[in-house]
Amino acid sequence: MTLFTLLFLLSSCLLVYCINIEDNVGQFFSSGHTNNWAVLVCTSRFWFNYRHVANTLSVYRSVKRLGIPDSHIVLMLADDMACNHRNPKPATVFSHKNMELNVYGDDVEVDYRGYEVTVENFLRVLTGRLPPSTPRSKRLLSDDRSNILIYLTGHGGNGFLKFQDSEEISNVELADAFEQMWQKRRYNELLFIIDTCQGASMYERFYSPNLMALASSQVGEDSLSHQPDVGIGVHLMDRYTFYLLEFLEDIHPASKTCMNDLFKVCPKSQCVSTPGHRTDLFLRDPGSVLVTDFFGSVRKVEITMDSINLTSVVSHRKEEPAANGELQKEVYSYSDQLPVSEIIHQ
Amino acid sequence: MATTEVERRRGQLAALSIAAVVIIVGVPLWWRTTETYRAWLPVSQIKEFATLQLLLSVDVEVVFSRGTVSPEQQKKVPMTQTQDEEHRVDENTALKYRYEIRYRTATIMEEDALKQPTASDADLSLHALSENPCGSLVVYVIPESSSLLSEDVDVYIGQKRTAILRLGAQMRVGRTLEQLLAHLEPRIKKILHMMSFSHTDITAALSDRVRLAPGNRENIVDSMRAFKSSPGYEITFSLLNPDPKSHRLHWDIESAVETYVQPLLTKLAPIANFSIDSQTLYYAMLGVNPRFDISRSSYTLNAESLAHVINPVEARLGSNAASSNPVLNFLLYVPDALHSPLHILDRKKQAVHSNAFHSPRWGGIMVYNVNDVYGPEAVLPVDININMAKVMGVFLAQLRLLLGVQSSSPPPGFVVASCSSTGLADWELDRLMWSRSVENVATATTTITSLAQLLDQIGNIVINDNIAEQVSSAVTSLQLAVAELEAGNLGFALQYSKEAILASERAFFDPSLLHLLYFPDDQKFAIYIPLFLPMCVPILLSLIKIASDARQKRREKQAKKD
Repeated sequence: MTLFTLLFLLSSCLLVYCINIEDNVGQFFSSGHTNNWAVLVCTSRFWFNYRHVANTLSVYRSVKRLGIPDSHIVLMLADDMACNHRNPKPATVFSHKNMELNVYGDDVEVDYRGYEVTVENFLRVLTGRLPPSTPRSKRLLSDDRSNILIYLTGHGGNGFLKFQDSEEISNVELADAFEQMWQKRRYNELLFIIDTCQGASMYERFYSPNLMALASSQVGEDSLSHQPDVGIGVHLMDRYTFYLLEFLEDIHPASKTCMNDLFKVCPKSQCVSTPGHRTDLFLRDPGSVLVTDFFGSVRKVEITMDSINLTSVVSHRKEEPAANGELQKEVYSYSDQLPVSEIIHQ
Repeated sequence: MATTEVERRRGQLAALSIAAVVIIVGVPLWWRTTETYRAWLPVSQIKEFATLQLLLSVDVEVVFSRGTVSPEQQKKVPMTQTQDEEHRVDENTALKYRYEIRYRTATIMEEDALKQPTASDADLSLHALSENPCGSLVVYVIPESSSLLSEDVDVYIGQKRTAILRLGAQMRVGRTLEQLLAHLEPRIKKILHMMSFSHTDITAALSDRVRLAPGNRENIVDSMRAFKSSPGYEITFSLLNPDPKSHRLHWDIESAVETYVQPLLTKLAPIANFSIDSQTLYYAMLGVNPRFDISRSSYTLNAESLAHVINPVEARLGSNAASSNPVLNFLLYVPDALHSPLHILDRKKQAVHSNAFHSPRWGGIMVYNVNDVYGPEAVLPVDININMAKVMGVFLAQLRLLLGVQSSSPPPGFVVASCSSTGLADWELDRLMWSRSVENVATATTTITSLAQLLDQIGNIVINDNIAEQVSSAVTSLQLAVAELEAGNLGFALQYSKEAILASERAFFDPSLLHLLYFPDDQKFAIYIPLFLPMCVPILLSLIKIASDARQKRREKQAKKD
């Protein structure tokens, strides 16, 4: 009798193991995307908005750590905090008091900096309507199988987000931009995170499919900053992004955490404001969406089963010895790092 | 009294003339100077493309060799049949396939060619006889008793656009021509599905226009793997040498590209332009640690860890800053001396023969083991020449997959000729051209219709002349492409569809079409009211006063008359 139950348990364990392997295989192709992009925007300038740059850089750092390469990240920082005259610790941007975590690191590639961060450039990046001379690193070259993460932070209000203290982007414009992206199939799925006051108003007007949105506060609420640092003299990070960063530090490229856990980040007790999210436009169930589907870049991989049998012999180019009998030395030269003439004459 | 009368009259005239100037001169002037320039767009023709009806027509020639038809049937044979197949994909898209089948008997030279000992020889000699235009197909029917094909093989698909079909056993005695044709029809359909296009291929190509529910896993994987149609691609070959202290690697990439890759790319020239780079990266490690497998006495990478190999390497690969074309990366990794040999295991824990893997829409990586080239007593660093034929064989196979050349296994009873020296059979090129043309037409129509919708919705966007020109040329090219597809000229159809897609993309992504001029109506009022209201209020009031005075006078006149 006991032998029978033992056998039964063993066979059920094996069955579960097999199902798990099949599940992994199935999950590989369940998300439908083959590459990941991230557009991270900090919209405010001036030294006292240090926390917004720190927010963006902490998301940038997580996204890079989880695998998205710089060529697939468009980072827009409206001001330079690391090399600001008022920074007592130059070349650093800290996220936590006691200066525990330097989110600036030593490998940051900022694509749009300073006064280049405008509403117009942001919308141009999203819709792809850039002048032909724009280099590759400043473009969002996504296709219909790209999952895009868009992170905005700064000062906002009911239905708008302030750029550079002089202009605004409204929620209608943003929704229209996403619709333009959908018309041209420039994304497979899009995750929109916004950390501003009254952030939930920015995703109210979305109407394109496959959008998921997260905001740090509801309409009528302010998003608060986390903690000031007396050494640096400003608030270092916003609450929502601080706890988001804490959550992301636990994620590694192979983790299976799903979006429902991301929605629980920073409850009202920690954040003071109520974070909100919107998933009605998203086709898949958020419980089956992995965090690494947007924050990381897990490649789908297939084994190459066949190869072509090539029989023709490689024709080597014969080199004639120089007239004076010495061997010709091949002269190498560096290729143009930035093909300026090609870009200008496009 | 007279002066007040004159004053009043003067006042009235003044008010009336100001009102006249404002209404007759001012309002049209304001209207003309604030209207946005919108060039004319062929909106009605664009609306026609909202419902797409594609007709794809294929020319098939069926050649009966000796022994398949009786002499009296031979007289009836030269004939043509047209078969139509209709499919409705969704409410806006309909597809129709037309197969024009021409039957004839074989010429003497073709009979000689079919007498060759093996099918591949027959194929070669048949090619020497005639050149088939792209998009068409020739099927040679041989009798059941023929020894050209082996026992279990019914169909041999050649390297160019020919196929050899053997009649089934039941067609041996006393059958009529109609029975013969009815017997052949499903077989010819199967050949057509394989060599030209099948309904699944075409609906997959329409994915931009029609968001279909995902079918079985094979279709999703196929559609995710191949790059979308683009006017150009960049191919980068990278040699990764993590251990330059032990291995000094030489690869003759220039000659290898010229000998092996360039013929394939020249053949694919009607589809897209390709530009090739190559680079060598030193001290580039893989992101995962391979595990030592005692049973194989080699290091192994299992299938699950392959997904994490690519990301750490990609940051160092780089790409051409001047173009926005999709990049295909092919990496050749030579393991360092400490971790040699390195084998890739598939999900069943078997060693992969090609020792390579690829990632959809990205490229491929091949691991090249060099541990058998030198012994343990060799002086480091060792000079190693890489066997480019083996490497390019794998890379070309991956390139074919990534470009969308289907690799599905042929149906039972079919034998496909091995790839020609270029690596691509003519009918595979045709398949690619069919799906690319349809994809280009579908994408161009959606782009044009959504652009027209956008410009219609937002009345403030300026439509410059160059955009209108691009849109018109896109519309003309689309009409031509659809017409050529109907006529069966595949080459021209592809060319026109490429022009259509280039023009429509250029129009859609023109930098001047930014809808930042979004002014909701309440903001418009907020701008105009402070300007015009202070000016209009006195005019309006004086007009009202003039009107009421005139009415008063008329009433007095009426009263006087009575």
